[in-house]
Amino acid sequence: MSGIGTGYDLSATTYSPDGKVFQTEYAQKAVDNSSTVLGLRCKDGVVLACEKLVLSKLLVEGSNRRIHNIDRHVGVAVAGLAPDGRMVANRAWDEAASYKRVYGEPIPGHVLCERVGSYVHMFNLYWSLRPYGSTMLMAVYDKNGPALYAVDPSGSSLRYFGTAVGKGRQAAKNEIEKLKLSEMTCREAVLEAVKILHKVHDEDGKKFELEVSWICDETNKQHQRVPAELLAEAERQAKAALEDSDMDD
Amino acid sequence: MDLSRGASHAEAAPSTGTTIVACTYKGGVVFGADGRVSIGNYIMNRASNKIAPLSDYIFLCRSGSAPDTQIISDNVRHYLHQASAESGEEPSVLMAANLVRLINYNNKDHLVGAMLVVGWDKHAGGQVYGVPISGTLAKEKWAIDGSGSTYIWGYCDSEFKEDMTRAEAENWVKEALALAMTRDSSSGGTIRMYTLDGDGVHHTYIPGDQVPQFTGELPFPNRDPSGAVLAAAAAREGGMVIG
Repeated sequence: MSGIGTGYDLSATTYSPDGKVFQTEYAQKAVDNSSTVLGLRCKDGVVLACEKLVLSKLLVEGSNRRIHNIDRHVGVAVAGLAPDGRMVANRAWDEAASYKRVYGEPIPGHVLCERVGSYVHMFNLYWSLRPYGSTMLMAVYDKNGPALYAVDPSGSSLRYFGTAVGKGRQAAKNEIEKLKLSEMTCREAVLEAVKILHKVHDEDGKKFELEVSWICDETNKQHQRVPAELLAEAERQAKAALEDSDMDD
Repeated sequence: MDLSRGASHAEAAPSTGTTIVACTYKGGVVFGADGRVSIGNYIMNRASNKIAPLSDYIFLCRSGSAPDTQIISDNVRHYLHQASAESGEEPSVLMAANLVRLINYNNKDHLVGAMLVVGWDKHAGGQVYGVPISGTLAKEKWAIDGSGSTYIWGYCDSEFKEDMTRAEAENWVKEALALAMTRDSSSGGTIRMYTLDGDGVHHTYIPGDQVPQFTGELPFPNRDPSGAVLAAAAAREGGMVIG
């Protein structure tokens, strides 16, 4: 890895001869090496799911939050450097709150994701700042319907039917492509999301937790954690599916 | 609403001592205003336009201080345009109403603007918002404001019905305005009325001598019974002429 961008990678204000900004690429690496986060946009809403490696037995269950509420109708999951992700989520919260105050109605998803994208992009422009080392997956349900957006460290914000970031993203995206998301409800998608996270998890024995949220017609278009029983059922099915495939091997 | 009845005309600002009326009907909104702008007892303009467009489908009915409401309408038009450039969509009526309300509220010590924000957007259809002085925002099925509105609350209360047809709603607005213009000396002149639905906006201009009159009123002097003078003027001016 060392020596890739030698000389051209010291600041975000330097291009390499082949047109790359290495600081941005390195920030992207921070996301690529983090634990997996995925989002699925279904016919009635959006599901976000995070794999969280448990770093210490001393940590209380549920700490190291990866999913944040931005407004009633918007929730985000962050991958990469957790504190960086928290800053970006805070900015999204700020934008949503000020939009509501000025215009009297909830911020539309595509406006919010562009504002956050512009903000993140700004950190790629100046020598004195480093790019955010986090990607934010944003689940929104506004008057235009449900949508899933992703804002990456370069500041580009794109809309997805389904996507994954982090260590297991390649394998996860392969699984996601097999799903017929437009015919699925969020309830079904939660089961699929948990199944995928279990499947792509690195089998190096490290314990991991899941943080899963949804926003759909069933939750009255509000972003919430999925109910404990649904999550438990999803984990049961995921583990059973893994055992089945193990038996096939 | 008419604050310009001061002792000295030199001190009084132009006032849209006014009547403005708006209502929702099945499919859209109808709204209208009189045309009188007065400074004290002097009628500065008898055919003014008190209805300002804020966007293609959103309008502001102005009463209170004429300069204050003009500046508010200019500012909100600008902010709405910016917002729709950012979002790529037509602004909603609630956005416009909230912007007007914030200006009223944040500058309540200085501004005297009692306005109605009326419009149509694709998510909520036709809407009427009252935005009176000091910064209240109230979504309503129908709303009236201005000095002349005090005389027509009874008419509006008793004659308004939900889900009127377009013709019924236009008649309700026109009658309400005409009744107020009869009794309020700060309202009068001409009527401007707009009908707005998903297909667009239709403007009706009613010159002074065609405003409905009521029992006991002196007939409007008609110095042009054949309509020849008015027609000649219209041909010369290429369209709308002040009656």
